[in-house]
Amino acid sequence: MSGRVSAEPQPFVFPHRHLLGIEGLSRDDIALLLDLAESYIALNRRAEKKLDVLRGRTLINMFFESSTRTRTSFELAGKRLGADVINMSTSSSSIKKGETLIDTALTLNAMQPDVLVVRHPDSGAVRLLSNHVECAIINGGDGSHEHPTQALLDALVIRRHRGRLAGLLIAICGDIMHSRVARSNIHLLTIMGARVRLVAPPTLLPAAIERMGVEVHHDMHRGLADADIVMMLRLQTERMQGSFVPSAREYFHFYGLTYEKLAVAKPDALIMHPGPMNRGVEIDSVVADDITRSVILEQVELGVAVRQACLEVLARNLPGIGHNR
Amino acid sequence: MADFFATAQTKAAPSGRVAYVNARLFDPESGRDEGGALLTDGRQIVDLGPRLFNEGVPEGTEVVDCGGFLLAPGLVDMHVHFREPGHEHKETLATGSRAAAAGGVTTVACMPNTEPPIDDVALVHFIERRARDTAIVKVHPIAAITRGLRGEEIAEMGMLKEAGALAFSDDGLPVYNSRVMRRALSYSTTFDALIVQHAEDPQLSSCGCMNESETATRLGLPGIPNASEVVIVERDIRLVEITGARYHVAHISTAEAVDAVRRAKARGLRVSAEAAPHHFTLNETAVGDYRTFAKMAPPLRSEADRQAVLEGLKDGTIDAIATDHAPHDQDSKRLPFAHAANGIVGLETLLPLALELVHARHMSLREVLATVTIRPARLLGLECGRLAKGAPADLTVIDPDRSWQVDRDRFQSKSKNSPFDGRAVRGLALRTVVGGCTVFRRDG
Repeated sequence: MSGRVSAEPQPFVFPHRHLLGIEGLSRDDIALLLDLAESYIALNRRAEKKLDVLRGRTLINMFFESSTRTRTSFELAGKRLGADVINMSTSSSSIKKGETLIDTALTLNAMQPDVLVVRHPDSGAVRLLSNHVECAIINGGDGSHEHPTQALLDALVIRRHRGRLAGLLIAICGDIMHSRVARSNIHLLTIMGARVRLVAPPTLLPAAIERMGVEVHHDMHRGLADADIVMMLRLQTERMQGSFVPSAREYFHFYGLTYEKLAVAKPDALIMHPGPMNRGVEIDSVVADDITRSVILEQVELGVAVRQACLEVLARNLPGIGHNR
Repeated sequence: MADFFATAQTKAAPSGRVAYVNARLFDPESGRDEGGALLTDGRQIVDLGPRLFNEGVPEGTEVVDCGGFLLAPGLVDMHVHFREPGHEHKETLATGSRAAAAGGVTTVACMPNTEPPIDDVALVHFIERRARDTAIVKVHPIAAITRGLRGEEIAEMGMLKEAGALAFSDDGLPVYNSRVMRRALSYSTTFDALIVQHAEDPQLSSCGCMNESETATRLGLPGIPNASEVVIVERDIRLVEITGARYHVAHISTAEAVDAVRRAKARGLRVSAEAAPHHFTLNETAVGDYRTFAKMAPPLRSEADRQAVLEGLKDGTIDAIATDHAPHDQDSKRLPFAHAANGIVGLETLLPLALELVHARHMSLREVLATVTIRPARLLGLECGRLAKGAPADLTVIDPDRSWQVDRDRFQSKSKNSPFDGRAVRGLALRTVVGGCTVFRRDG
C-alpha cells in the first residue's frame, strides 16, 4: 500500500511479550518504537490510512477507568492496522457484578484475543493481569505506576521538534506524586540521556523521587530556567481543596504555567500536557493555545502513531504472524 | 512416611512418665547446654540432668530417644491470628495449632481481631473451649483493649483477665485516641495487665500499602512512613510514664521505634517489644513486582530498618520474636497490591528464620531461643518456656542444622501466604510435646 509497508523486516526485534512499562526497556527498544512510530505519522495524514498488519487479529480495549483520548487512540491505531477492535469499559463489564480482576482476565483470555490494552486505577493491576493471559498486553495506564505509550508519544513529539532527546533539559511540573505519566516519562527521558527536572510543591512529590535520577525543585522560576521542554501535569480537582495544596487559586499562583514563568525557559521551549487540561489551574489558557509554543494537539496526533508502533512490535512477537505482512 | 499429629482428644488424655534420653538439654533461661535426659510425669517436668537414667530407665516409663538433638522448651509465639471465630476459611484453632506443632511451637497467644472480636468474657470462654476441644497446642486468648476494637470504650479488662485473657490488644488496629489509650494503660495497672499496641498512626499511613520509599515511588504505590509507627510508640511511652503500665510494642519495624523502646527501657519504664521474623530477614525489595505475599502491616521496611531490628534483638531492646501469623486465603491475596490483605503465615517458618540469626553469628543459640521461649512466656505471665523441675512438660526436639527448603504446599496451616516459599533454611522441629504428650513427630 505504501512505501513503508513493503519495508524489510526490522533487523532489531522487540524482546518483550508485553508493554507493561518503560522501566525495563532499553535504549534500543525505545528507539525502535520511536522509529517505527515515525513511519506511521505520514501514513496517518493520508486519506487512505488502513494497513493489514493486524488483519485477523483481535484487540480488546479494557478500560477500568474512564478515558476518551487514550481509548480512542488505541482504537484508531488498531483499526488502521486492520485489527478487529472491541472496547470494554467498567460500566459494561462484570467487574461491577463483583467478578475479580483475574476472573475477568481469564474470561477474556478464553475468547482468544491477540492484544489486550488495559487501563486500571490500581498500580500493578496490569502486571497482575499479564500473569493470567496468553495474549500480549499493553499497559494503558495503571494507577500511579506507568503509562508507557504516553511517554513514548511525548518522546516522539520532542524528537521531531528537537531532533534528539539526549542532552535536552525537560521540566515536568505539577502533581508528580499521583502521575503515571510523570513516572513513565522520567524513566524514558533518563534512559535516553535527557536531563529531567521536577517542579512541584513537596506535598505532590513522592518519597525519594530524586533517586530516580532527577533534579527536584519547588520553585517554577528555578525549575524552568533554561528548560528546552516544559511538561505540565494535570492536577485532579479533589487534590486542590486543602488536601495536597490549599486551593486552585494558590496553586495557579505558584505553579500555573504563565508567560511570566515561561520567560526563564529557553526562548523556543515547547509546552506539553498529557491532557485533559485544567485551564487556569496548571496552565494559563493563553499559553495552552499558543500555537508557536504548545504542542498539545500534536501529542494527541502522534499518540496514534506510537500506539500503532507498539501494536505492531507486539503483534510480530505473537505466534503465527512472523513477518508475513 | 507421613508425619504424626496427635488429636486434641489424645492430647487431653493424661500422659504417664516419659523419659527423654540421649538429648542435648538446652534451657535458654538457665543457660544449661549439656548432654543428658529429662523426665516428665503427666503434664510436668519432674527431673532432668546429665546423670539422670545413668542406671537405665525404670520399668514402666516410656522412652523417647532424642538422637542427640536439642531438647528445648517448646516455643512460645505471643502473636498469632487463628481467624476463629468468623474467618474459618482462612484458619481455625485446629489447623493453626497443627501449624504451630509442626513448627515446634507449644504455646500461642491469639489476637482478638476475629469476628466477633474477643472483647467479652463469653468469647474468651469460647476460645478456651475451642482450644481444649480442637487444638493440639496451648492456645491462649489475648482480649481486646476496647469494645469491638473500636478504640472508644475500654473492655472489661479485669473480668477478661480473670477469664484467661493473657494480655490486651486491638491488634490490626492501633488504639489511636490518646485519651482512651491513657485510660486503658492506667486501668490496666490494677490487674498488672500487659497492653500490646499495634503502633501505627492511621492518618499518617493513610491509604499506604508499603514502605514509603524509592521502591514505592517506582511502583506508584502510596507509602507508609516510618513516622507512622514511631509517633504512636513515643506517645505511648509518655503515657506509660504517667500511668506506670506494662506496655508492649507488637511487630516493631522501624529504627526509630526500636530506639524509642531502647530509651524507655533505659529510663526504667516497663516497656517491651517483639519483632516478626520477616522484619529481620526481609526488606522492602521483597515486594518486587507487586508481590502481595510481601504485603503486611507494618510493611517490610528499608535495609537500615531491618538492621536496626536486628540490633534491637541483639542488645535485648526487643524481647521476643513473634510471628504475627496472619493466614489469608488465595482470593484475599490475588488482587491488585493496594487491595490485597495484609499479613503472612509464619508459624512453620519461625524456628529456621530465628535460627538464621545463629547461623549468621548475630546471636548465640541461647539468646535466640530465649526470644521464643522464656522471654515471651514471662511477658505473658506463663510458667512455660523453660526446662526446670516443676515447669510444664512443653518441649521441642530441634535439629538446628538440618537444611531444608520451605514449601508452602506442605504447610499445615490452611493458608499458604508466605514470602519464604522456596527459601533454603536450616533448623527443624523433629518433635513437639505439649503437656507431656507428643503432639507432633516428624517422620518424613
